[in-house]
Amino acid sequence: MSTFDFLLQGLGTAMDPMILLYALIGVTLGTAVGVLPGIGPALTVALLLPVTYGLDPAGSLIMFAGIYYGGMYGGSTTSILLNTPGESASIVTALEGNRMARAGRGGPALATAAIGSFVAGLLATLALAFLAPHIVKLALVFGPREYFALMILAFVTVSAAFGESALKGLTSLFIGLGLAVIGIDGLTGQARMSFGVPQLLDGIEVTTLAVALFALGEALFVAAQTNGHDDKVEALNGPVAMTKADWRRSWPAWLRGSAIGFPIGAMPAGGADIASFLSYGTEKKMSKHPEEFGHGAIEGVAGPEAANNAAAAGTLVPLLTLGLPTTATAAIILAAFQQFGLQPGPLLFATAPDLVWGLIASLLIANFMLLVLNLPLIRFWVMLLRIPRHWLYAGILLFATLGTIGVNPSPVELTMLLLFGFLGYGLRLYGYPIAPVVVGLILGPMAEQQLRRALAIAQGDWTTLVSTPLSASLLGIAALALIVPMLMRLRGKGQVLAQIAGDSD
Amino acid sequence: MTGQPGTGRRPDGAAFVIAALLAIFGAVLLWDAGRLPQDGGYAGIGPAAMPKVIGGVLILLAVLTALNGLKRAVASVPRQNPVPLLWIGGGVALQIALLHVIGFIIATGLLFAATARAFGERRLPLALAAGFALSFIVYGIFDRLLQLNLPAGPLETLIFGG
Repeated sequence: MSTFDFLLQGLGTAMDPMILLYALIGVTLGTAVGVLPGIGPALTVALLLPVTYGLDPAGSLIMFAGIYYGGMYGGSTTSILLNTPGESASIVTALEGNRMARAGRGGPALATAAIGSFVAGLLATLALAFLAPHIVKLALVFGPREYFALMILAFVTVSAAFGESALKGLTSLFIGLGLAVIGIDGLTGQARMSFGVPQLLDGIEVTTLAVALFALGEALFVAAQTNGHDDKVEALNGPVAMTKADWRRSWPAWLRGSAIGFPIGAMPAGGADIASFLSYGTEKKMSKHPEEFGHGAIEGVAGPEAANNAAAAGTLVPLLTLGLPTTATAAIILAAFQQFGLQPGPLLFATAPDLVWGLIASLLIANFMLLVLNLPLIRFWVMLLRIPRHWLYAGILLFATLGTIGVNPSPVELTMLLLFGFLGYGLRLYGYPIAPVVVGLILGPMAEQQLRRALAIAQGDWTTLVSTPLSASLLGIAALALIVPMLMRLRGKGQVLAQIAGDSD
Repeated sequence: MTGQPGTGRRPDGAAFVIAALLAIFGAVLLWDAGRLPQDGGYAGIGPAAMPKVIGGVLILLAVLTALNGLKRAVASVPRQNPVPLLWIGGGVALQIALLHVIGFIIATGLLFAATARAFGERRLPLALAAGFALSFIVYGIFDRLLQLNLPAGPLETLIFGG
């Protein structure tokens, strides 16, 4: 069967009323958490994991992917009207979008963000559908050494390639890898780093760590700031519509943003935030009105918003076809797959095609839902921005602890939540990125297993790791991604990299 | 990695604390790995190999962080207000202590109120009332409807029955 047939079959699954309901819940929640400052899609999926233990796997996964997409839509609203990004991939949107809102052009800014997200989401999801089968075919010949090389590449790009400091990124990554050692070794059954505490034998739950770092860490950090932040919500006057000139300037930016965002998400090269920064830079260079940048240029909203949605779809390529998460949200969606006893990767396309293609087709439908949610219903989401901050964070903490209590109400688990919360606060305070910790925790044991398998197959011969062209070139790219940015920083070009810092989602 | 101008050239104390914590974590990993069987089997590396590598790298990162601290290269951080940290941390600690004694609704309501207080809500009775109401609704939805097992205390038993 061709991709087209699979996609049609997937649409059949996706049109099931229950599945549509899951998708609708997902995109609605995703938009809400995207709009609310302080919570992002990674945290929301982590919070919902325990709730979905008993639910339908396909529906739950579609809901999670919907949250990821919805978060990318909703974040723009906050950036434009509040000048505080709702999630990390919308930071650049705030640059131009908030200027537009202050100039009374909030409506067109929101419109170009929503329509751009829609165009990019649609194109990128189709690209995902047509690219995935090819990568699956390629991945079928992957052995342990290729997987190990891929994971090393993902480690490097998540931690060291972008951001202000490779030292800080690598420190975050190795904190995650160190935490991943805790528990029973998957190959020999030896208990490691458990100090005789039985609760530690199961290892650290990804959800506990993610909720602690994102929710608790963020709440602690925001609460402890002494200098007040200007939280003025710009009023949304006038219609949420674009003029002819807006359309003419927006659509090339949408297409360019999609073209930049999808490959960045699809290659393990970082998340949506990096894509949006690169798109902003491109728009600034290509614009016929460079003087408007910094004063509310519509291309500066259209491009990055398209790019972050395209990148979100792009990260699903390595996640679904290789089981390789490259962002914090993808790492937690991987944990969701594992919770249902599913392992994403080439085999999943063979063993559960209904689920995979249903998921991809649902994302196409979710995009239409999101367009409706974010254009005609935008005023409802703007109301969310008026929730006072103290009630908002009190609620976030309530739900954060609810998630952990729901999985395992033991005092040990909650104490870990508290400790990791302060760890998250410390990381944030001193500018250490959070995502590498989460990715390290989930990918660490997988990389170790692949390495030991590869070495066992080769009878302990380390040269096996570079003995195929594919694994050698993957490791080579990883080495370059580690060394080149370090040289750039030494030569004083670090500013560029610091600007495209990857943060949380 | 640019230090704030005019903050003096003294070494960065925080960097040394971070370096010390990283070094301790690395040392614990190495110590624990030393207790594991060192037999590598066919692969040549056993369960102790990876913790040793990670522990070693953490100690290396600790040294680099400390060196950066000497160069004052860790960016200075804005002044922090410790009181909200105590409210939130204390709220979670209180919740942990009381969860299995007085049940989810009261323990979580207290956490809600403590967090609201940390963010500047001074009307404590209002915050408590809102916290109890919200955790009551959440308990109803998640424990009763979604079958999540939340710890019940006297209040939960009284309202929803055993």
